[in-house]
Amino acid sequence: MLDNTELENAKSMSIIVTKGSLDWAYPPFILGTTAAAMDVDVTMFFTFYGLPLLKKDLNLKFTPLGNAAMEMPMMGGHIAMPNMMAMLPGVGHMAGGMMKNLMKKKGVATIEELREVAVESDVKLIACQMTMDLFEYSTDDMIDGIELGGAATYMEKALKSDINLFI
Amino acid sequence: MADHVLNAEGLNCPLPIIKAKKMLKSLAAGEVLEVRATDPGSVADFAAFCKQTGNELLSSSTEGDVYKFEIKRT
Repeated sequence: MLDNTELENAKSMSIIVTKGSLDWAYPPFILGTTAAAMDVDVTMFFTFYGLPLLKKDLNLKFTPLGNAAMEMPMMGGHIAMPNMMAMLPGVGHMAGGMMKNLMKKKGVATIEELREVAVESDVKLIACQMTMDLFEYSTDDMIDGIELGGAATYMEKALKSDINLFI
Repeated sequence: MADHVLNAEGLNCPLPIIKAKKMLKSLAAGEVLEVRATDPGSVADFAAFCKQTGNELLSSSTEGDVYKFEIKRT
């Protein structure tokens, strides 16, 4: 296991993270941390609704609203939730709680855990400067160890990367 | 016989790989890590992980519901 930064032929991956709900936060963090564990040089660029995933305090929400493919295991079968029901007050909150409980039961890491692993394994976390300005976030709201950058910063990385994902 | 054992039972993807990587980093070259997992996906994942990182997968076996991997740090 060599330090990948010293290898000329080291593999690299970039991910644009555009969504910050509980369910959408998983794919980028799972792939980012796993790639880093496999000695891949990883850059994650957080923009628009993905940006809040860099906030110090995460309180990730989940909603079944408009998610026609969502089925939850229940009593030996699976149940979907009609929009008419999902839009009722409190239902989104309840579904979020159910999802978190299910994840805990199945040994799925929390987003907080995966993000900590990403920081520890030197994944480059870039906050989109334009989104910071647009939604009025300050660097004090964000975790330590992130960088600020724009589209050109991302492009420089992406042009050199073996894999570029938009999630 | 493994020098270190990682119990990753009950953990789901990608935690067994992440935790194994963390432990492998602290091992000396030539030392062997035994990983015990219950995630069925870990069989394919540890093979891919070892192939990519160059660590040697000495064995991949099952003991009841537990998947056992022996990985030699290179």
